[in-house]
This record gives sequence, C-alpha cells and structure tokens, in this order.
Amino acid sequence: MKEILVILFTVILTQNACLSKFLGICPFLGVSKKLDSAVGMSVAVIFVMAMATAVTWPIYTFLLAPNGLEYMQTIVFILVIAALVQLVEIVLKKYVPALYRALGIYLPLITTNCAVLGVTILNIDNQYNFLESMVNAVGTGVGFLLAMVLFAGVRSRVEVSDPPKSFQGIPITLVSAAIVAVSFLGFGGIVENLFA
Amino acid sequence: MSKLSILTNGILKENPSLVLVLGTCPTLAVTTMAMNGIGMGAATTLVLIGSNMVISMLRKVIPDKVRIPAYIVIIAGFVTVVQMLVQAYAKSVYDALGIYLPLIVVNCIILGRAEMFASKNKVVDSILDGLGMGLGFTLALFLMGTIREVLGSASFFGIDLGFTPIRIFAQAPGGFFVFGCLIALVGMITKGKAIKKKEMGCAGCPNASACAQASEGGCQ
Repeated sequence: MKEILVILFTVILTQNACLSKFLGICPFLGVSKKLDSAVGMSVAVIFVMAMATAVTWPIYTFLLAPNGLEYMQTIVFILVIAALVQLVEIVLKKYVPALYRALGIYLPLITTNCAVLGVTILNIDNQYNFLESMVNAVGTGVGFLLAMVLFAGVRSRVEVSDPPKSFQGIPITLVSAAIVAVSFLGFGGIVENLFA
Repeated sequence: MSKLSILTNGILKENPSLVLVLGTCPTLAVTTMAMNGIGMGAATTLVLIGSNMVISMLRKVIPDKVRIPAYIVIIAGFVTVVQMLVQAYAKSVYDALGIYLPLIVVNCIILGRAEMFASKNKVVDSILDGLGMGLGFTLALFLMGTIREVLGSASFFGIDLGFTPIRIFAQAPGGFFVFGCLIALVGMITKGKAIKKKEMGCAGCPNASACAQASEGGCQ
C-alpha cells in the first residue's frame, strides 16, 4: 500500500509530467488558454492514459517479453495507442454522445501526446506490476490535470499583461511556465517524508 | 526552390525549435548538458532523414486516408533502429537520454515534415529537408544545452569552469526560462524575416485542425 501511495504522490507532485519531466508540453502550452478546455483535455488524457496502460502492460508482459521481442516495444505501443484512441472516439461517438461532445475534439490530439507513450514506456522501464502501472498512469494524468488547471489560471493573467514586444506570445508563456515549475520544486522531498 | 535553400531553410529561417516551436518536449528535457543536446539532435536527424526518404518514396502508394498511421509506423521503425544503434555505440548518451529516445516517435517535427514536405516532394529534396531540419534542431538543442550547462553546472562538455553554478538552470524551471528567452531573442534578431509562427508551426502539425478547435485559436 505504501509503495502505491508513494508512486501516486510522486507522479502528481514531485515528478509532475509537465513541469518536471517535460512530457506533454504541446497541449500544456497549446490548450491551456481557457480553463474549460484545459480541464477537458486533461480528463481525456487521464482516460487515454489509463486505457493505454491497461492494454500495453499485458501486451508487453505476456506477448513481447516471453518471446524476446522487447525491441518491438516502441512500434507496438504507438500503434496500440493510435488504434485505441480511434476506437475510443468511435465508441464514444456512437454510444455516449454527451461525453463525445465534451472530450471528442481532444482525442485526436492525444495520439501524438508524448505523455501517454511516455507513461506506458516508464511503466515497463520501472518494472511496475499491473496495479502500480495503473496507479502511475492515473496519477500522471492527475498531475497533468493539476498543472494544466494551475497554468490556465496563470495564463489568464499573462494574456492581459503587457510584456516587451519580442516576449509576446510563446516566450512570455514559457517564462511564466518556469515560475509555475519553480513552485513545484517546493514539493521536493515531501513524498519521502510523508510516508516515512 | 534550389537544393541549397531547402537545406538552409531548416537551419535558420524555419528552425524547427526556435522559430516553429515544434518538438518542445525533447528541447526542454534533454538539454541539461550540451552533449545530451547533440546526442538527441543527431538521433532525431537520423530518424528525420530516414522517414522523410521513405515517406517521399511511398508518397504515391500510401492512400490519403491512412497516411498518418502509415507515417507513424515508418517513423517508429526508424526510431527503433536508431535506438538500437545508440545503445550499441554510445551507451552513455543512451543512458542520459533515457525515455526521451523512444519518444522521438511522437516528436511533432518528424510527423510535421512528413506531412508538409516529404508527402509532396521528390526523394532527394526530402532527404535534404530532413537533414536541414535535423541540423537546425541539433543546433537549437546544442545552444540550449550550452547555456544550461554553463550556467547550471558551471561546466562545458564536462570541463569544469570553476565558478559557483546557478543550479536552477539545470533543473526544470531553467529549461522553460532559457527556452522562452531564446525564442524571444531569435524573434528580436530576425524581426519580420523569420516566418510567422502562426502560419507555419501549426500548419505543419498534423493535429492542427483538432488543436485549433480545442483551444479556439490557441497554439500561437
């Protein structure tokens, strides 16, 4: 139980996907302008991360590893994720139209989101078991949600500010992301001591 | 467009990192050391050249509807090859890059060039475009890596420079900060000459339509 909690809090706070591991920076910068789209994107990411892990972990453990096909990991994982996203999109469109309207436009973006592929590969690299992998996936997604929501708030203030001309747009967004990342540095060491 | 301008396009005018702002994840993640920046840049360049070449060869064969999955398979194949090469011949770089090496698959520079250039141009031109874009990316990563290594670790290619480092530059916030300042600097120097981010960067991304929809004109 303790290991599970450590993984959960580590990936949410100290090893945040966006702000310390730099995974999923494209949506972090691109979709964080408005709070509701930031939340929609993050929920879709949590959903896809959990699904992707639930599929890729058994594939690696029961199909690739016993047959000595570990080197196929990258190709198989990205294909599985791409197919999965397509499938989820079709199923949602047909059976849960309300959810599709909320998350649908974010789904095609997620195929090439490096956070999703990153989580599935990290699960294997860290030799997590299935439960730990799922916790890692959901936790990373929640960390992404936290970073997106915080940053959407910061950005709503940055958008109305008046930076020097050459800093307008992406540069000032990155500099404000740096300041948000500094605040996450403050969590360093907290997880180890919390469950000691 | 002459062969030379295709090559130099990616290095300066349309630098994938600093002008188009594509492939931000590796740019921020691996640039704590100049050497890692070069390693990542070289690996990405190899994948870019290979994928651009093959996609350009197959541009009349791949049906339009399934082109993105087809591109992803080709790119993933090259990434696996490069991953094995790096593991065999540059173990230290392999360890330093870690998870970011397989993540070259989802680097939007590669998919973007496949979509924008290789799928419409001849093989030789596509190879040159891949080389130019790759060199531009490597240059940007080297620049980032140098700044962060000198300021954050007080060393350059592992050689100690003998002053007290500003540690935060080697950590995550430093990455965002240096990258923001570099983009601002490039924007200032190339005032008007550099291509507009809105026109190029997002159009090159295969997710452009979905992304614009999602953020309603974000991604600028």
